[in-house]
Amino acid sequence: MPITYTSKEQIEVYRFSIPVTIAAPLLALFLQAFLPLRMSWFSYLNLPLLMVIFFAVARRNPVTGLLTGAAIGLLQDQLTQLPLGLSGIANTLVGYGASSLGVKLDVENAGSRFLVTIFFYALHEVVYFSVARGLVRMNLHWSWPHEIGSAVVNAFVAVLLFQLMDRFKQRT
Amino acid sequence: MENIINRYRNVTILVAILFAQVLGLAIQVKRSNDDESSRLIRIWAIEAVTPLEKAIVWFQSGTSNLWHGYIYLRGVRQENRDLKQQVETLRLEQVRLAEDARQARRLQALLGFKEQYITQTMAAQVIGLSGSAQSRLFFIDKGSNDGIARDMAVISADGVVGKVLHVYGSTAQVLMINDQSSGVGVMTETSRLQGVVRGMPNGTVVLDHIMNDEVVQPGEKVLTQGGDQIFPKGLLVGTISKVEHGRDLFLNIQVKPSADLGKLEEVLVITKQEDREPEAADNSVVRAVDILEKKLPSVPDKPVTSPVGPGAAVSVTTTQKSPQTKTNANVVTPSAAKTGTVKTAPVAKPTAEPETTTAAPAVTNPTLQDQPQ
Repeated sequence: MPITYTSKEQIEVYRFSIPVTIAAPLLALFLQAFLPLRMSWFSYLNLPLLMVIFFAVARRNPVTGLLTGAAIGLLQDQLTQLPLGLSGIANTLVGYGASSLGVKLDVENAGSRFLVTIFFYALHEVVYFSVARGLVRMNLHWSWPHEIGSAVVNAFVAVLLFQLMDRFKQRT
Repeated sequence: MENIINRYRNVTILVAILFAQVLGLAIQVKRSNDDESSRLIRIWAIEAVTPLEKAIVWFQSGTSNLWHGYIYLRGVRQENRDLKQQVETLRLEQVRLAEDARQARRLQALLGFKEQYITQTMAAQVIGLSGSAQSRLFFIDKGSNDGIARDMAVISADGVVGKVLHVYGSTAQVLMINDQSSGVGVMTETSRLQGVVRGMPNGTVVLDHIMNDEVVQPGEKVLTQGGDQIFPKGLLVGTISKVEHGRDLFLNIQVKPSADLGKLEEVLVITKQEDREPEAADNSVVRAVDILEKKLPSVPDKPVTSPVGPGAAVSVTTTQKSPQTKTNANVVTPSAAKTGTVKTAPVAKPTAEPETTTAAPAVTNPTLQDQPQ
């Protein structure tokens, strides 16, 4: 496995320009709402979540990570008729977890990105379902094949997307 | 103390942010009218995203129209010929149905039924989805500026799609019938059983509240029943695909929506519908007896100069209005259909029609029918 423990000194922390910080999540949100109209398979993807993971891992700052997650999650909720905070809470935890993991692990290569995305996708779904059932009393349907399939598809797309997003990284 | 806070700064912020969101969720869940509490924030987000979607859809449909309307015209002539033939067939069918509808309206007028009529619709283009698998709704490119209001019914050429949930300036949110928070009052087409169609978490559609002892067959159509004051009566919702006996009192019935909810591009919003009593075709008061009189053999006039005898009886019988025919029915000949004209001509039609069952029995006295005067 390409995941290796590294010391804090060896880990590089990246930052992003303000236009990229704002435009990339908004574009992801837009594509998530628009593309499933034309390509139904696109509904398996969760692009805003992938953005949360990418920014959190690259910045390696838990506070920034959780704030990014909360902001993107709340934006995602606003396009639905569901109460605000369902995706917000799930993405906050993912942002915090991904940035905390980024401090400890080298998550720059494709293999580790693939596994990290699968893990955080699963975490997101578990938190989302727990909050939706426990707090909002929503009747949700949990399907293992669907969840596993979606996690793998998201992980594949994440590897490609993260490579594209690497171009916007700026060293601190 | 300060040391502890600094040490656990990240966790403290995480807990604070989570707590704020949980609190917000609790407030929204507790308030019944949650759309008002979060409406402003939603408007900002939606107004930020939808213009881009509208622009792309506009560009895409423009390009598509240019290509299919002016450049790629292969097979259009043949298609045009086929469609013309189809129009002729449909015109004939339309005339027959129009006659049936007129009769139905006359009877409804007699009974004082009020019916919902669709008086105005507006075409709208689907520009985006919610982006969440748990929320089955879409956005259209028409909003309050165009006269769209909350709870208006949304349909497609194939059947019922959903209803308008939230309205914004230039866009509106439509909740589809397969969302788990939606519900449509329906009835089955042949057995006339009434129930509620609602969405399930996995996106399927079920028909609820049909008792276990009722007989429902797969393949039966499901129509709106009009009781919810959103959808007019008689719109096609879907077809029953699977029937199973449930554990409780009700059947588990799955419905396949007639509209393809996954591939919607354009929809119709019913912007105006009226409750009104159907009017009889001739705009006069019609009694059951009048309707029956048209259907049943009439008593012939007395011949002026005819001796009473067997020959006279024969002539009377031949001048009677035949019970197997009906006059004043509109018929469109194929040639007339081409020019769009409708001719009036008598056409044979069986007399065994439902409205005759409501007749006064005195008129159907068989002794009057065959008795020469």
